[in-house]
Amino acid sequence: MLKIIFVTVFIAAPFTAMAQTSPENNAQPSGDAGHGKILFISDGCSECHGTVGQGGVGPHLAPKPLPAEAIASYIRHPAGVMPPYAASVVSDADVADIASYLRSVPAQPKLGSLPELND
Amino acid sequence: MVFDKSKNSKDERDDQINPARRKFFGAVAAGAAGGVVAAAMPSVARANDQTAANAVPLDTVPGSPATIGPPSAVLRLDEIGPVPADEQIYVGKTGSDFMVDVIDTLDLDYCAVLPGSTFRALQESLINYGNNKKPELITCTNEDIAASLAHGYAKVANKPMMALVHGVVGLQHASMGIYNAWCDRAPMIVVVGNTLDEAGRAPAGAEWDHSAQDNAAIVRDYTKWDDQPTSLEAFAMSMVRAKTISTTIPCAPTVIVADNEMGEHELPGPEPYIPSLTVDSTPVGDPASLAAAAKMLVSAERLVILADRLVRTQDGMDTLVALAETLGAPVIDLASRLNMPTRHPLNLSWAGEDLLTKADVVLVLEPVNLFGALHKYRDWPDRTYLQVVKPGTKLISIGTQNLLTHANFQDSGRYQPVDLAITGDGETSLPLLLEAVKQAGPKDASARAAMLKAASDKMHEKLRQNATYGWDASPISVPRICAELGYLIKDEDWALITPQDFQSFWPSKLWNFTKAYQYKGNQGGFGVGYEPGASIGAAMAHRDAGKRLSVGIIGDGSLMMNPGALWTAAHHKIPLLWVVHNNRAWHQERMHVQRMADRHSRGITRTTIGTTMTDPNIDFAKLADSMGVWSAGPITDPSALKPALQQALDMVRQGQPALVDVVAQGR
Repeated sequence: MLKIIFVTVFIAAPFTAMAQTSPENNAQPSGDAGHGKILFISDGCSECHGTVGQGGVGPHLAPKPLPAEAIASYIRHPAGVMPPYAASVVSDADVADIASYLRSVPAQPKLGSLPELND
Repeated sequence: MVFDKSKNSKDERDDQINPARRKFFGAVAAGAAGGVVAAAMPSVARANDQTAANAVPLDTVPGSPATIGPPSAVLRLDEIGPVPADEQIYVGKTGSDFMVDVIDTLDLDYCAVLPGSTFRALQESLINYGNNKKPELITCTNEDIAASLAHGYAKVANKPMMALVHGVVGLQHASMGIYNAWCDRAPMIVVVGNTLDEAGRAPAGAEWDHSAQDNAAIVRDYTKWDDQPTSLEAFAMSMVRAKTISTTIPCAPTVIVADNEMGEHELPGPEPYIPSLTVDSTPVGDPASLAAAAKMLVSAERLVILADRLVRTQDGMDTLVALAETLGAPVIDLASRLNMPTRHPLNLSWAGEDLLTKADVVLVLEPVNLFGALHKYRDWPDRTYLQVVKPGTKLISIGTQNLLTHANFQDSGRYQPVDLAITGDGETSLPLLLEAVKQAGPKDASARAAMLKAASDKMHEKLRQNATYGWDASPISVPRICAELGYLIKDEDWALITPQDFQSFWPSKLWNFTKAYQYKGNQGGFGVGYEPGASIGAAMAHRDAGKRLSVGIIGDGSLMMNPGALWTAAHHKIPLLWVVHNNRAWHQERMHVQRMADRHSRGITRTTIGTTMTDPNIDFAKLADSMGVWSAGPITDPSALKPALQQALDMVRQGQPALVDVVAQGR
């Protein structure tokens, strides 16, 4: 369990810390959310972060993602276990589209509305 | 023919033989001696005589009942010479019957088996002489399933079962399951068929390929002990010893290579001696070391307890709770077993790093990979790691890891220095440690316990909050699968029968585990394919213990490794629910390939090649249905999940296996 925790924490800490302090969705520059969704899957982001950015091995990224510039900066020079992604692999334009997609993800239901999580 | 196995002498056993059957065998023997088998077996003999008369080549009439069967008396005489007067049809007790008597003394409820000619006599005796009871044969479609089934059973039942496997090829199939059990320190007795004497082997066919001078060498690097007895008396001693060694902590598989020839023939002379089973005591930590540990524990300001492969019984869990409460110490459950109730306020498994960075003393109970537990690791080219605990933190370990090691396989992990390393079984040593702590005078732990409870509440709130992300997503989120399933079973006596590693431990994060039997850890050696067989074995033990509701979440990759387990569950009517975590990939491996593709600057869009199970997608519901398992799916709409789970659980409550195929997120 701890082994898993450490990997997760190592990758999660910078992302989640910034995600929690990021501006509201509507303050972000626009991008192509449809293309971003395709990239999010095909570039493999969803493998660690889930298809709607809900988290998995990596932290949750949606529905309030970092600004595109911050995402780009982080993935070029990640601090945790996440491998670096060069611009030749995921361009800044692609990152903008991915950020746009993550902003388009609907908010999750309120915790109190889910009896399965409140037994 | 049913023998009363309470009758121990040869004469008592012989008296049970049906007199009519004796007469029949006697007639056969007499007929054979005179070359007129037809007198005793008219229909068979006539068919064979017809064969001889017609002289039709067998290969021109495939499958014809008239042409398939033993050669006629005439042909036989022509081909292999005169039939000896003492035709080898036995009416007395056979060697394999005696082997069953030996097995009968070992209190083995089950024997997982896939048939093999190298143990045909023993199998026949288990069925007819032993009446397929204690052990009952559990038919498997792959020896890997048989070994995994025994592994899963042993961890829940706290007793071994037997796996009976074919010489060479069967043992090679079983080797993966045996390796997992070795890494997980789980007991099992593997009996391997063989035909040791070359002169006794059939000249053609597979018998040579399936015999070995040293079968056990195949798995010797990851078994605790093996033997190849060459007499029935030696078999008795070896089997008893195999159980004693396998179940003496630290437990591990043992192997007996049982020569088929010993079993095929009538028991010559008086029955060999069967030694009574000796139950060895469990090694515990020495009193002086435990007292020294207790002194360090009560003096600690920020003690943390790590528990890994520790708890076997409820007493073990209760004692760990008592120790933690006495010391006011948080417990991080590393989850090779369920050690601490998941919602106990001192269980802070998901806040572990923060606690460890501030710890001044860490008590580690039955560590599996202590270095890994105390270090962060980054999978970058430099493979950097960082110690979590601060310099000067005192480490105390209690465990049996160093009591059982072999050189080749590297399951010991990286070497971790420890300040006070106590050799002894963790669970058995815990009451002694608790008593030593009480005598050492623990500080008032109430203030620290209150602070830790607040941290625990915060941790659980965050975990539940994290589970809401992607709640309505399709593919369905893993936390949602776990939450829905846990909610449906929470008021019953349930157990999770599959590992959680590939589900990011969401059951432990969300469910209220309170009993030691409710979770028994992972594969041991992370060998994929463990879950199908092990979950059946665990469910059998839960059923026998009182109809506990067995549920499992099984990866699609693991299920595809051993799908034949579905049939075993249906055939033996094992009540269990499999929820297939169907991410249509070997997801962990896909992430590895993705990491390499990125590192090598080649783009990552082709990493699905060789890592995914799509085109076509596998329909696990159909697969299960084809083998007689009730099934639903593939479920892609999250709102359809709960009704499907409810239906499936109803089937399980009725005593049947069920499967729900859920198209799910990677993790």
